[in-house]
Amino acid sequence: MKSSFELFWRAMLARMYPRVVGLVRIPSWVLQETILPLLSVSAFVLIYRAMGAPEEYIGFVILGGAMTAFWLNVLWSMGAHFYWERDSGNLELYIMSPASLMAILAGMALGGMIFTMLRASMILLVGIGVFEVRMMPSSWLALLSVFVLTLLALYGLGMMFASLFLLWGREASHLVNLLQEPVYLLSGTNFPVRVLPTAVASIAGIIPLTTGMDAMRQILFGSEGLWPLPVEIALLAVSVVVFIEIARRFLRYFERRAREQGRLSIRWQ
Amino acid sequence: METPAIRTENLTRTYRRVRRPGAAVPVDDRTPFLALDQVSLEVRPGELFGLLGPNGAGKTTLIKILTTLLAPTSGQAWVDGLNVTEHPELIRPRINMVSGGETSGYGILNVRENLWLFAQIYGVSNREAKQRIDRMLEVVGLTDKAGSRVSHLSTGQRQKMNFCRGFITDPKILFLDEPTLGLDVTAARSIRRFVREWLQERPSRTLLLTTHYMAEADELCDRLAIIDKGRVRACDTPGQLKRLAQKYPLFEIQLAPHDATTNFSDLERLPGVHQVTRSDTPSAIVLKISLWEESAIGSVVPQLVAQGGRILTLKKVEPTLEDAFIELVGHGLESNGNGEAK
Repeated sequence: MKSSFELFWRAMLARMYPRVVGLVRIPSWVLQETILPLLSVSAFVLIYRAMGAPEEYIGFVILGGAMTAFWLNVLWSMGAHFYWERDSGNLELYIMSPASLMAILAGMALGGMIFTMLRASMILLVGIGVFEVRMMPSSWLALLSVFVLTLLALYGLGMMFASLFLLWGREASHLVNLLQEPVYLLSGTNFPVRVLPTAVASIAGIIPLTTGMDAMRQILFGSEGLWPLPVEIALLAVSVVVFIEIARRFLRYFERRAREQGRLSIRWQ
Repeated sequence: METPAIRTENLTRTYRRVRRPGAAVPVDDRTPFLALDQVSLEVRPGELFGLLGPNGAGKTTLIKILTTLLAPTSGQAWVDGLNVTEHPELIRPRINMVSGGETSGYGILNVRENLWLFAQIYGVSNREAKQRIDRMLEVVGLTDKAGSRVSHLSTGQRQKMNFCRGFITDPKILFLDEPTLGLDVTAARSIRRFVREWLQERPSRTLLLTTHYMAEADELCDRLAIIDKGRVRACDTPGQLKRLAQKYPLFEIQLAPHDATTNFSDLERLPGVHQVTRSDTPSAIVLKISLWEESAIGSVVPQLVAQGGRILTLKKVEPTLEDAFIELVGHGLESNGNGEAK
């Protein structure tokens, strides 16, 4: 009998594999994932330049564009991806196997992160190279910590969404659709989040993207944040634990409910 | 006492009917659809057990419950002695399932990579996985396609790949749901041969097979359950089930056609003869003689010869599994019992 850790590890790497292989075998994705996102980022940069906004705002947009890529990946390539896995018949094979769904989701997340890193890096490189954005981290260690914590919390949130797809089909897709745009607003993708009313900004802090980007902006541009940096790092660390634990419980609960309702292997719903 | 590989006790599964807006007849009558009705079965370790039934009989529902994908509405089921509702996580490392016509896998990966992926989620080491994949690809004749992307495979080749997937994890109990569906004759035959060999390699292995193909069930299964409309109608060896279908021993005798004027009805007066039916073909007169007891054929043959009959062939007619199925269920596998052809 394999140890749980070994099984988790193998399952995670196995599920990551198709995503990584996809990068090499379908190179047209690279174009789609790098050039197109640059267009919307460029539009915001040009608007801010035309308005004579502070130069750090250009940096906000570039960073926002890079981090939004991860948010989209969490929503569509992880959360909603369970729907595709069910339709293709893979989900029931995963559920029937001894590997945990957490391991399968972690594999999706890891593969998605590698894939999305390319898109995010491209946006950053163009931002620095073409728009001459100056990023001077006050601490590389703090930046790395915030970035890793943000991704972990974000993908934990994605695992939570994914669990909904065990029970629901298109209904859960609508939820994901509903979340996409409001999060752009609440996380301050293209503007400093502190301009939001305090109450709204505080609620928005629950979204790891908001806190993570705000903390990174503090580190990179020395801008004023919603909360002091140590508080934001602590918030992110708590979010990681909370979201991953909720995801674990949700997955167990929704899997049981889906088995009862016979929804694990229903297709085209 | 040996723990059964699979046991079910009054296993029942209902589904809620789905409302179809705009349908002329309201479908939602609040009566749940009964997919499995009080099914009680026992499969012994080492057995190749078959489930035979038409579409919608409940075979796949039963398999889904046993493979922990579906919860029973009532009743209980155990796989390798473990309750499917209470211990799905302990059952999963011991089982695997292959469904005919399934579309699983990743089109972007090649055959070998796909099989490797599904071996990994069972914790099979890379070395072991490679050995098993090589062996299985050879069994199904897919070795030359090992490096081909799954998206480039034909339906039959994909089916072969899925068949391999079920075996590379070396399950203790394997569920094969219509495994030869859509395969050509040669591939289906080699798969049937392999299934037998695989079971003989290790006596602790058990296989539950569902099939539409009577010949496949007859050839492979140690025991069979005939299932229709969610209920088990009979459960026995293929031989015993066939005997159920034939109350009297039946012989078929072909006579040369120039005896067409001869009347054979007096054969029925011979002791031990139950019934004689005659049909004439251009090449022969065919007599079907059912007997009260088999030994009566000894008096039938001399009587025929005495009447001037020239016997071309004489054979005992064995009942088929299809005969047994019709006898037990009241309709063939190709119809659903409501007069509708499938």
